[in-house]
Amino acid sequence: MARIKEKFADLEAKNQKALISYIMSGFPNEKATMSTVRGLVKGGVDIIELGFPFSDPLADGPVIQNASTVSLERGTNIAKFFSLVKKIRKETDIPLILMTYTNILYHKGYGKFISEAKKAGIDGFILPDMSIEESKEYLQAAKNKADTIFLISPNTSKTRIQKISKASSGFLYLVAVFGTTGVKAGIKKYTLDAIKQAKKQTNGKIPIGVGFGVSTPDDVRKYIKAGADAVIVGSAYLKLIEKTPQDQLESKIASFTKSLKKQTLL
Amino acid sequence: MKYPKNGRFGEFGGKYIPETLVPAIEELEENYLKFKNDKEFKKELDYYLKVYAGRPTPLYYAKNLSEKLGGGKIYLKREDLLHGGAHKINNTLGQALLAKKMNKKRIIAETGAGQHGVATAMACAALGMKAEVYMGYRDTIRQKQNVLRMNMLGCKVHPVKSGSKTLKDAINEAIRDWITNVENTYYLLGSAVGPHPYPVMVRDFQSVIGNEIKSQMKKINNKYPDTVIACVGGGSNAIGTFYPLVDSNSEIIGVEAAGHGLKSKMHSATLSAGSKGVLHGMMTYLLQDSEGQVTETHSISAGLDYPGVGPEHSYYKDTKRIKYHSATDAEVIDAFLLLTRTEGIIPALESSHAIAEAIKVARKSKKSESIVVTLSGRGDKDIEEVQNYLREHGKN
Repeated sequence: MARIKEKFADLEAKNQKALISYIMSGFPNEKATMSTVRGLVKGGVDIIELGFPFSDPLADGPVIQNASTVSLERGTNIAKFFSLVKKIRKETDIPLILMTYTNILYHKGYGKFISEAKKAGIDGFILPDMSIEESKEYLQAAKNKADTIFLISPNTSKTRIQKISKASSGFLYLVAVFGTTGVKAGIKKYTLDAIKQAKKQTNGKIPIGVGFGVSTPDDVRKYIKAGADAVIVGSAYLKLIEKTPQDQLESKIASFTKSLKKQTLL
Repeated sequence: MKYPKNGRFGEFGGKYIPETLVPAIEELEENYLKFKNDKEFKKELDYYLKVYAGRPTPLYYAKNLSEKLGGGKIYLKREDLLHGGAHKINNTLGQALLAKKMNKKRIIAETGAGQHGVATAMACAALGMKAEVYMGYRDTIRQKQNVLRMNMLGCKVHPVKSGSKTLKDAINEAIRDWITNVENTYYLLGSAVGPHPYPVMVRDFQSVIGNEIKSQMKKINNKYPDTVIACVGGGSNAIGTFYPLVDSNSEIIGVEAAGHGLKSKMHSATLSAGSKGVLHGMMTYLLQDSEGQVTETHSISAGLDYPGVGPEHSYYKDTKRIKYHSATDAEVIDAFLLLTRTEGIIPALESSHAIAEAIKVARKSKKSESIVVTLSGRGDKDIEEVQNYLREHGKN
């Protein structure tokens, strides 16, 4: 679990912010996921968020919904996912975060799932339907094992931001817009205000990562300028993966990543 | 359980929701608690329930059916006679009125069989609000008549083509809409499911069913019924029927959809065959695979075709206060036909699950016993479905 913290410290020393890339594991197949990961690393990504598919991804827009469905249809399961993570771990030491829904962890048992995930090489978790009120058991299970990255939203109250940030480790995920993942809303003033508010309420104790609808180098630049410590790009990657033939995947992902990463250098 | 502490019925319920919805859920709970005991609010709701929806509904002694079966007396709680043709209007009037008090301009809802969608469209029209309804694409086809009714009522229907294209996916899509338009939108959930406070709020609005049964049976028999039966999908008509009677001595039976049979995997019998999990903001029993992926369900009735169930039902299953049985598609069709032909009452396929159980109970009971069945809706919407079933099974 030190990997995420060390990464942010390292970036700070280099005067950089973090680029976090989200991809759905097993979309459209495992081979493509491996090529994508290699492309991400080559392109200079700082942290990789691996999606594990869930049948009912209610915080996700059409792009990630479709990727979940395809991944599940192609046979992605927990055992295959963990062996994929182990494979990635053999190639890179980059922080890996698992993003999925609460039921996947609950069903196996929070403790058991988190232990196995950590053993495979996962450093932290993002569960968009895990609210702070229901998180006691999850937090206990993750303690000293993995980072628990909670989400806040532009409508989250000041006191709640403080409460959530206390339960969070790694970074605090600010949902940029009212909407599901992949929504095209442009840069809103309320998002820029929310970044400032989050920074103020957390007082530098935890990095703020901005995601949902972040898709271009221009988006990345504007959010970084507004004070974000990290940006998360997801659906834009899945769209690129979908239209790129396997033999060009690694290089295309690398060059897109490079263009995003460039905007995080201060 | 009166008002669940932390939104939990035992270990079930809670609020597993994206953070964006937290302020909306808190605002909802605050307003619900404020208005539920507000004299003006109650008066207004009672007025609409009485003169608009048609309450109280009769408790009908199904003499022909009871005598034919030769056992206890079967009474039908005629929610099918309500405006719109189902119990759903009890809840939509309550929530639409609440939304109006909260100054919400836009109402969204999900629907399975279309009954909740129709009831939402009606309540919103009556109260001068606009509604949009999400409905699984599969359901828009098998319950086409209700889609047409919603359109006539000026309500936009969004067919949902993701996942299994049924109620579960309609709820996912309604939640996504709510996340996107949280600032001006009220989500009018139709079943006793979802994050707290929905399960308790829907139960409270539907409890008018059980409360009327109690006073009607007192009048008829001078005691509460020996057995009470209702069908369970999400479980709103059932919890509304059962909750006022949980502290009584009545035997209570919820009936789930066994589809092609509990061993077939083609069913929606969550409590009979499911395991604990988290879906749609609640912890409850779910139909899921060995890895926690929610599985596709089947029922001849679109309204019961749902892999989850209201958390309070999960609680009563574990505490054993309520028994949860199931009825197969074949039993349901038989019950549908029997009631139609003996009493001239066409029940919804959903409600026919409860009738199927009542038939079993009546056959084993004494003539002195009373069995109350909630007839949650009328079956006009299902005529085509039943006809197709009979044709496919060579019974026509």
